[in-house]
Amino acid sequence: MTDTKQIVRVTGVTKDFDLGKIVVKVLKGIDLEIESGKYISIMGPSGSGKSTLFNMIGGLDKPTAGKVFIDEVDIAQLDAYELAWLRCRKIGYIFQTFNLIPVMTALENITIPMTFAGVSNDDALQRGMDLLDQVGLTGRHGHRPSELSGGQQQRVAVARALANSPSIVLADEPTGNLDLTTGGDIIKLLKELSLERGVTVISATHDYKMLNVSDQVVWIRDGRIDKIQERDELDIKTGGLENAHM
Amino acid sequence: MRRLVALPLKKSFQLAYQSIRVRFFRSLVTTMSLVLAVAFLSFTQAGNDITQGLVNSGEPALLSALTHAGYDIHPEGGAVTGSAKQRWIVFLSLLVCIVGIINAQLMSVTERFREIGTLKCLGALDRFIVRLFVIEATIQGLAGAISGAIIGTLVAIAASCLRFGFSSASFIPWADLATTIFMGVGIGTFLSLLGVLYPAIIAARMQPVEAMRVEQ
Repeated sequence: MTDTKQIVRVTGVTKDFDLGKIVVKVLKGIDLEIESGKYISIMGPSGSGKSTLFNMIGGLDKPTAGKVFIDEVDIAQLDAYELAWLRCRKIGYIFQTFNLIPVMTALENITIPMTFAGVSNDDALQRGMDLLDQVGLTGRHGHRPSELSGGQQQRVAVARALANSPSIVLADEPTGNLDLTTGGDIIKLLKELSLERGVTVISATHDYKMLNVSDQVVWIRDGRIDKIQERDELDIKTGGLENAHM
Repeated sequence: MRRLVALPLKKSFQLAYQSIRVRFFRSLVTTMSLVLAVAFLSFTQAGNDITQGLVNSGEPALLSALTHAGYDIHPEGGAVTGSAKQRWIVFLSLLVCIVGIINAQLMSVTERFREIGTLKCLGALDRFIVRLFVIEATIQGLAGAISGAIIGTLVAIAASCLRFGFSSASFIPWADLATTIFMGVGIGTFLSLLGVLYPAIIAARMQPVEAMRVEQ
């Protein structure tokens, strides 16, 4: 049933950045449909418009032309309150630089989106502890981000992204600041949680380790979609890499 | 039904308090300029209050001591008010203080750009951010202004005791001093809020995309 549901639909999206003297066309017409529950990687060289597209899907930036639908809602039509609500309840963000709030403990970092969503304090703490268990950080709830390693911080960020049970998790280079093994662990964790909770994971990445777990890979080149590959097409290409990694 | 995100007031206080506690040294430096300015204001005002108290006492020994210290005492007992120059200096010190607060708060906003952007990605509204900064400034303002007003008044009392002898202590107008302290606390807190307004608006207007930027 959910297999055919389009959680994200991007139609004819262009984005220009006006730099005063010149206008840079970063996205030149993107059409993309993402099915619910899939694990999607957006791949492309730097400057290809990957991050810009990513920000559009996350409702962090507005397209110059075209529309972005999340759960069949045109996000350009939302006001500031509804957009905040969307970011809070529908989308979980994971950043390259983890972006945990440095003054808060791991548990507080996870519960803050729940507070915004109006979850009572006790429920939030309970769910926060459960999430910490799920990402393998049992007993680390009282630690500040500075007392955690990069991989552990990203695990907290994953738990925070899942706090309000969003339909979409957006991960921007989630492994960019991590070493090979830790990055691999985070990818595995994301994949497991995606399968377990049926959440759609969309990640912008350079990391070829991502390809192994992706259901679909969207290649962006020069502001356009170069090609979209399904899982089975990929295996042939990256088989060698996968073996090397395992 | 409107889909609304919420940040309860209690939680806002908790966050603001936590933020001050963790960056305690930094908050202390921000608060220090306020402490000094309010202390100076209270010292000047309390000094005037005490002199007035001494004049009202009518003790010949104290009056001659006052005249000796350079005060013009009219026999009919006119009010002692600060000179125009004194008022200007107090005004300037408050002005310098508020510029200092704006500067410190702007730096604090810049330092926390990513944090603010992240909060917005998690669903925070502009007004949550403003509220957090305003609560922080209120706590800092109250703490700084209260300690500043008390320090300034105590120093003024000590100074008058040294200048006019300990017998003068019995003529100190305590009610006027209390008013001076309250006024100092009020002005200090107001300055702290005034100073945070512009930085808080900058913080609230920041786009959440900023949180995504890698360099910083």
